[in-house]
Amino acid sequence: MDIKLTINGKEIEVPQGTMLLDACRKAGADIPTFCYDPDLKLAGSCRMCVVQPQGWRNLVASCVTPAQNGMVIDTESPDVVEARKVVLELMLTRHKLTCHTCEKDGDCNLQDYCYRYGVTESRFEGKIHNLFKDDSNPFIERDYDKCVMCTRCVRACEEITGARAINVMDRGYHAHIATAFDGELEDSPCVFCGQCIMVCPVGALTSKIAAGKGKPAQNEKVLTTCTYCGTGCTLELNVKNDEIVGVTSNRDAEWSPVNKGALCVKGRFGWDFVNSPERLTTPLIKENGEFRPASWDEALDLAAEKINGIKEKYGPDSLSMFSSARVTNEENYLAQKLMRAAIGSNNVDHCARL
Amino acid sequence: MTNSINELENDAKCVFLIGTNTTENHPVIGYKIRQNVLKNGAKLIVADPRRIELAELADVYLPFKPGTDVALFNGMMNVIINEGLADRKFIESRTEGYEAMAEVVEKYPPEVAAEICGVDAADIIKAARLYAESEASSVCYAMGLTQHTTGTDNVKSCCNLALLTGNLGKPGTGVNPLRGQNNVQGACDMGALPVVFTAYQAVTNDEARAKFEKAWGVTLSGVNGLTLTKTINKAYEGEVKGLIVVGENPMVSDPDLHHVEEALDKLDFLLVQDIFLTETAKKADVVLPGVSFAEKDGTFSNTERRVQRVRKAISNKGDARQDWEILCDLSTRLGYPMSYNSPEEIFEEIRTLTPSYAGMNYARLEGTGLPWPCPAEDHPGTPILHKEKFNRGLGLFHAIEYLEPAEVINEEYPIILTTGRSLYHYHTGTMTRKAKGLDEHMPENVIQINSALAKAKNIVDGEIVKVTTRRGSIKLKAEVIDGIRENVIFTYFHFAEAAANVLTNAEVLDPVAGIPEYKVSAARLEKL
Repeated sequence: MDIKLTINGKEIEVPQGTMLLDACRKAGADIPTFCYDPDLKLAGSCRMCVVQPQGWRNLVASCVTPAQNGMVIDTESPDVVEARKVVLELMLTRHKLTCHTCEKDGDCNLQDYCYRYGVTESRFEGKIHNLFKDDSNPFIERDYDKCVMCTRCVRACEEITGARAINVMDRGYHAHIATAFDGELEDSPCVFCGQCIMVCPVGALTSKIAAGKGKPAQNEKVLTTCTYCGTGCTLELNVKNDEIVGVTSNRDAEWSPVNKGALCVKGRFGWDFVNSPERLTTPLIKENGEFRPASWDEALDLAAEKINGIKEKYGPDSLSMFSSARVTNEENYLAQKLMRAAIGSNNVDHCARL
Repeated sequence: MTNSINELENDAKCVFLIGTNTTENHPVIGYKIRQNVLKNGAKLIVADPRRIELAELADVYLPFKPGTDVALFNGMMNVIINEGLADRKFIESRTEGYEAMAEVVEKYPPEVAAEICGVDAADIIKAARLYAESEASSVCYAMGLTQHTTGTDNVKSCCNLALLTGNLGKPGTGVNPLRGQNNVQGACDMGALPVVFTAYQAVTNDEARAKFEKAWGVTLSGVNGLTLTKTINKAYEGEVKGLIVVGENPMVSDPDLHHVEEALDKLDFLLVQDIFLTETAKKADVVLPGVSFAEKDGTFSNTERRVQRVRKAISNKGDARQDWEILCDLSTRLGYPMSYNSPEEIFEEIRTLTPSYAGMNYARLEGTGLPWPCPAEDHPGTPILHKEKFNRGLGLFHAIEYLEPAEVINEEYPIILTTGRSLYHYHTGTMTRKAKGLDEHMPENVIQINSALAKAKNIVDGEIVKVTTRRGSIKLKAEVIDGIRENVIFTYFHFAEAAANVLTNAEVLDPVAGIPEYKVSAARLEKL
């Protein structure tokens, strides 16, 4: 059953049970959030999404308040704006403002909302905790001096990956994200999938492999399919100056049908082999047991001469080919076509059995 | 897979994992199974000699002896039949061969199966009931099931179990192989196999051959070709003289590496096309530099048969060339000119010869891709196979007796060695060993040893030990754990410098699939 409500003067209809946040967004309102994530359980904790229902005594957190028939909502009333400013100021009391060197610069909710509401500094004085975690793992940087305690990382760890490596430790102003006994990730059930990085709205969790190579907000992103196992996860290759500088997630099921942005350690952190100085960049010919660089014409001519020589002397079935479970369909098609049509043998296989 | 990946998170009421360490080898599928158990209360059965991560969540964990899969399946089916849990309606309307199968299965009451498998009969009974009584049960397997001399029998047993309980053709059910490589499904679909053209059209079928002869303008051989493992053996015997290797690394991935090396050394000519100077490329006469996934356009087909786009992000490195261009250049020089303007143009040719891909084109693949079969441009693709009927009409039961693995332990080789992959590396390590974080996190090979066995041999965690089989020995670091059967040791095959495949057996293969028995070698473990 649908219900009717008015949001910023606009009347809309939504199914009963719809949360106010979704109703507001449907009406075109831009509601800021930190803890809300459409794929995770609701936390209702950051209070950034507050809106003002006409006739109600208090502002309500729209992410956890069901829309009601006849509600009249203002999403940017002076009270709402003031409340959001206070939330931001409170966050700034323990947020290390190093935007100029932050990986998330340009793609940070805290930065965007402070800009939007003109919050340049905090009127509150907080004790700086020095929560940066010097964690020796090679994948995930844990700079909790930038954490806004939205707990999306905790929920993603539990609800997407199921590793349950982290949780909130201590309470109130001292609350922070930690593994059991506040240790390092290597000693926890963490599997370094980086789902925590995917959902972090600020720069508290970032990739050590991509660090310093290019801010994701400024990188070109190319959607492709992962090169490792057969699951077929979609990922975004981050490109800067014609080089791969990172991997990020696309969480839209219309573009990431299998994994909805979730990845594993290899998909998220195993991309830098592409830039290895050991990559082959020229054809090689072996002479007297040593390789020497060769031109394409020379290498291809030699290969064709040898292959045709063997074919003439011993017949096509004295040749064989291993195609590859790593290359594309198009390349596998051409490989078997070459073996069958150009050489004349069905001796073509690949490592499906291995 | 007969069914799709997301059904494992949303639709399956019971998931039976056998021979798949899902959270390490297909991590994202592993997450989904775990969430189904945690959020929806799906039942989980895990059969594996190693206490894998998902075993911790299992309703039944069967730490069975490597190579006894058929006995386990027959034991479960015995319980299902004798307790009246079989889906009679499905058996009658959709299958044939039930009687012969049931006759064999009758010989495997749970106590007999339990004795062979080294597990409790009560657990076999519990697993059988969970699988048969759940509304939708899915069995998933990987190389733990297939890399045996009885690999084909093991897979057929899997199918028997699904047929017996009607767990096919519906959401959340199915026989679901989790395939280990980004495009192993596609390589098979594209006919990179010695017996078929694209879409599994047999090279021995005159009609299929005529179709390809017409399209390609040549006469084609109707003789089945050599499998990879047979090619190595024929090279060793001097019958195969020349080998072209495109992006594979048999010098690490194939069984009995000493044998592989001798075979490659005997070749008159070895051509390798790759992105790194792999252990195999080092043996080559000519090496041609191709490009990585980040540098190419094309498509991969995943384990659920979904064809998805691969998109070029950066330019070729140095003087490297697109792999499809290299193949065209070589073919042209061999006297059979091939020329295309783009991977898309190649895909358009594939469609015309491949019925299951006929309805696909790059525009349709743009968003979510399409699972085959997709026979026409207005066809939505097929996430679930065998809904109304099977390819052959009725589903066929196979009567399968348990056979011992090729190598059984004896006094000289008293321990079972089994091999596999780690979460942190991929196949022969060509890529992951050059990924900084992955290699730093897991820089060397280890051998997992049960703590009781380690104690008996006076081996402590972290010390270097020697493992020997009839093929050879390697030295590597001991990792003493509790989560592995007492008389089984496990190692990874990613590491060329402590290569597990020095130890594995190339001589005895599955008679149908030609797959090597990576999961069972008789071995000796020594303290140094």
